[in-house]
Amino acid sequence: MSDLAGYLPEASTMAGRIDALLLALTVVSVLVVGGIMALIAWFAFRYRRGSPAVRGPAPRRSRTLETVWITVPLLVFLIIFVWAAVLYRELRSPPQDALAINVVAKQWMWKVQHPGGQREINELHVPVGRPVKLVMTSQDVIHSFFVPAFRVKQDVLPERYTTLWFEPSRAGEYPLLCAEYCGSGHSRMTGRVVVMAPQAYESWLARNPGAGSLAHQGEEVFRRRGCSGCHGESATVHAPRLAGIYGRRVPLEDGDMVMVDARYIRDSILLPASEVAAGYPPIMPSYQGQLGEEEILALVAYIRSLADQQEDAP
Amino acid sequence: MSTVGAAPGPSYIGVSYTLRSWLTTHDHKRIGLLYVASITFFFFIAAVAAAIMRLELVTPAGDLLEADTYNKLFTVHGVVMVWFFLIPSIPATFGNFLLPLMIGARDVAFPRLNLASWYVYSLGGLFVIITLIAGGVDTGWTFYTPYTTMFSNTHVVAAISGVFIVGFSSIFTGLNFIVTIHCMRAPGLSWFRLPLFVWAQYATSLVMVLATPVLAMTLGLVAIERLLQVGIFDPALGGDPLLFQHLFWFYSHPAVYIMVLPAMGVVSEVIACFARRPVFGYRFMVYSLLGIAVVVFTVLGHHMFVGCQSMYSGMVFSLLSFLVAIPSSIKVFNWTATLYRGSVSFEAPMLYALGFIALFMMGGITGIWLAALAADVHLTDTYFVVAHFHYIMVGGAVMAYFSAIHFWWPKITGRLYPEAWARFAAVVMFVGFNLTFFPQYVAGFLGMPRRYHAYPPEYEVLNILSSAGAAVLAVAYVLPLIYLGWSLLRGPLAGRNPWAATGLEWQTASPPPRENFSHPPRVNGPPYAYETERGDGP
Amino acid sequence: MVPEALAPAAPQFEDREQRRAAATLGMWVFLATEVLFFGVLFGGYAVIRLLNYDAFVVGSHHTDVVLGTLNTAVLLTSSLTMALAVRGASLGQRRATTGWLVLTLLLGLAFLGIKAVEYHQEYQNAVVPVLAFDYQGPHARGVLLFFYLYFVMTGLHALHLIIGVAVVGVMVVRNRRGDFGPEYHIPVELTGLYWHFVDVVWIFLYPLFYLVARV
Repeated sequence: MSDLAGYLPEASTMAGRIDALLLALTVVSVLVVGGIMALIAWFAFRYRRGSPAVRGPAPRRSRTLETVWITVPLLVFLIIFVWAAVLYRELRSPPQDALAINVVAKQWMWKVQHPGGQREINELHVPVGRPVKLVMTSQDVIHSFFVPAFRVKQDVLPERYTTLWFEPSRAGEYPLLCAEYCGSGHSRMTGRVVVMAPQAYESWLARNPGAGSLAHQGEEVFRRRGCSGCHGESATVHAPRLAGIYGRRVPLEDGDMVMVDARYIRDSILLPASEVAAGYPPIMPSYQGQLGEEEILALVAYIRSLADQQEDAP
Repeated sequence: MSTVGAAPGPSYIGVSYTLRSWLTTHDHKRIGLLYVASITFFFFIAAVAAAIMRLELVTPAGDLLEADTYNKLFTVHGVVMVWFFLIPSIPATFGNFLLPLMIGARDVAFPRLNLASWYVYSLGGLFVIITLIAGGVDTGWTFYTPYTTMFSNTHVVAAISGVFIVGFSSIFTGLNFIVTIHCMRAPGLSWFRLPLFVWAQYATSLVMVLATPVLAMTLGLVAIERLLQVGIFDPALGGDPLLFQHLFWFYSHPAVYIMVLPAMGVVSEVIACFARRPVFGYRFMVYSLLGIAVVVFTVLGHHMFVGCQSMYSGMVFSLLSFLVAIPSSIKVFNWTATLYRGSVSFEAPMLYALGFIALFMMGGITGIWLAALAADVHLTDTYFVVAHFHYIMVGGAVMAYFSAIHFWWPKITGRLYPEAWARFAAVVMFVGFNLTFFPQYVAGFLGMPRRYHAYPPEYEVLNILSSAGAAVLAVAYVLPLIYLGWSLLRGPLAGRNPWAATGLEWQTASPPPRENFSHPPRVNGPPYAYETERGDGP
Repeated sequence: MVPEALAPAAPQFEDREQRRAAATLGMWVFLATEVLFFGVLFGGYAVIRLLNYDAFVVGSHHTDVVLGTLNTAVLLTSSLTMALAVRGASLGQRRATTGWLVLTLLLGLAFLGIKAVEYHQEYQNAVVPVLAFDYQGPHARGVLLFFYLYFVMTGLHALHLIIGVAVVGVMVVRNRRGDFGPEYHIPVELTGLYWHFVDVVWIFLYPLFYLVARV
């Protein structure tokens, strides 16, 4: 367990850079606040009633001073703003080759789905030195996935996907905490992130096979729920073929283009009338209330796995 | 400055001693005191909730209370402190009492509306009491959806009704102040001769009047959604929880400035008086107040950096949040400069005002941390934020409230309070406050999330320190009740102007007569006509 | 013979002019708060429409554009009669003022009556959320939200109009009693301000609910 007696481990590649920003903020804060407090204390002492200090006329205003103490803080603030914004953009931009792991939050636990089919509850095993992207959704209220040691946090909302990425830099175990109040069990919705050396991680994966890879599980759902009836190879219904569409932009009935990603697939399954693909009749039924979030994520993994196949002409 | 003789005849207190005369009064001074009674009552309810919470947090395990009870306690603490103490605090008490006096008027523009605002406040408070008796509410004062609309099993609609109703009290007060300041200033009292306390009330009133309706309507929609299961905030119904958050924070961010702007007004008055110098940079102080009042409406998104807001929206809100810190900084620098070549004394009002500056700075600078996007990702939703806003609201606004109590006590009651005890209490408050809340900055940085009933054991020491501080702080809040009560009964008479302060309110009797002035005063020059002599001051 | 209302009765004011200025500014500030009240709903409408445009087209086509347009004409006319009433009061034309005020009141009631007919129709067509909603087509969820916003926003507007009608009624009574003249008619003016505001809100509601993809 990490030692928090006065320090928080820097366990991700971004952590050190964020700590540098926090250190700079500390220095600025101490200088500014300490400086002003010292000045106030000095003035209060020197000009205390009855003191022999020279008074005489004192200015009531000074445009120069006001300009100085507007522009200097403004400059300092702008530097901090840019620095923090640049870091933030990196925090919000997962690398392309990140290992994608799904997280489904519910009151009051974290359910993790690895691409290889491994499932965890309140634990997340990841390899050190490799970027990990979490694709997250909630089954009920808003939660927030927070790993202090990585300096990352992201709200997890119902009915949509949010992402968070990090690259662990040190093996170890780090607390995972829910950071958005979600009801009775909010403070027990904790867990741990277990960062392992690459070989240890591979053996962990092998020891915990799960029910086949996530894509394979998705294929099961695809058949069991009748999706293949319209979208499958031998279907007679005029429905989009799904091979190779993940990650591409496709035209919609109203002329817009949309990126086929997890969000679009989920919305197509639950609200098929909202974004109908161009050239297809709006006849797909909604699966609202019939599929759990984990099943939907498995379907997404399956459709994504079809991206490698040759595209069939629709 | 003109002087106005004290009017012969009874003071506003002596006019009648019946309860009915108080409950049907149109006198802004009495209405201010009605508010003092009410907000003190609610302050102690919310403070007791906090005390119980801090007791629970002494140990990491949730062993004192059930989780649900704890969640209800932090909700009631937030709801009552925000809407029933902090928002009305300085405006409805000192604003009401002093505004007409400071501008040389007989009363506010709409005295009956003023009384109505207190009754509306009380009605809202009644709903909150009913909510508590019926079992409480556990949504947090922020009422986030869909938890509030679909999942909480507590008395949400009753609580929301209380907040909805009390919002109108705020709107009535703000409207009254705006019209009063615009239309009823004494002859010669041009805008740039107004005391900064008046400007601060004006800026606050602008925010109150424009922001509060948004809260009322938003919460009204939440109540409808909870009751009828149809609405625009729950994604399961086709709505958007982020829409709620944007609407909520459109009010709630300006709301925190409703809490701090009046405090800044108080500090300006007190610093000028006890340094015997006019406030430095008067015009910049005015522009800062107005600038804050405008820009605060634009920063709401800084509460949603880790929500589902776009990265670019985040950048815009971050930049604006840095900008809004500039006028606040200007004020701190100007107060500091006011001390230069002054003649400074350290009576209780001044101690509280200096305490405000120190703690406001410590809270405000951490606002810069939170405005910085990447830092906020780590720090938001932790105790760092809790410490940040308590430094400003408690270290800032509450200390300024106590400064105001002591500064204007002689004017309001006609008596002096015991100075030694008051100074002691101020120091105890400063120490207790820092002990309570500084460890929370550290705990938050180290990752302790907020609204946690039980927490990981590594945060135990920091929590023990914080709870110890809370005990000290409690003493500091109780002491004034005792010595101020004593002062009412046995305090020496104050006389018209014990502080030798400028300002029209000090030109009339202590306590003032019902109609404030025997004849309307005339103003001939700028405010803060203090002069320092060489050597000893007055 | 100066009527009671012409004296500076309210002791907090220095003179009539101050009282008049305060009352006028007070009404403008109040109207500003009303803008923010309705603003929340318009903001919510904007977001939900952005997310559910097709549903809003369907929903709008289920409103009665004939009655809605008629109501718009009624309310615009009532603003004209209200303005004429204010003018009449300022000129001291007591009987004409009463006439214009009564006409305004009747037009306001007509608006409410037509709205009631519309609401009843919507009930029969089963597009009233919670009470009677039976729309089954695609975009049902969005259509529900459309009508939810429709009833909340037109309902809040109607509530404001009812209050306005009541206030105009009071003005009729006071005018007939002789309270108003060229020197003092500020209550009529302020009633006019409020009435025009309620009208303006409707001007925005009308296209948002009745004219989506219809023009």
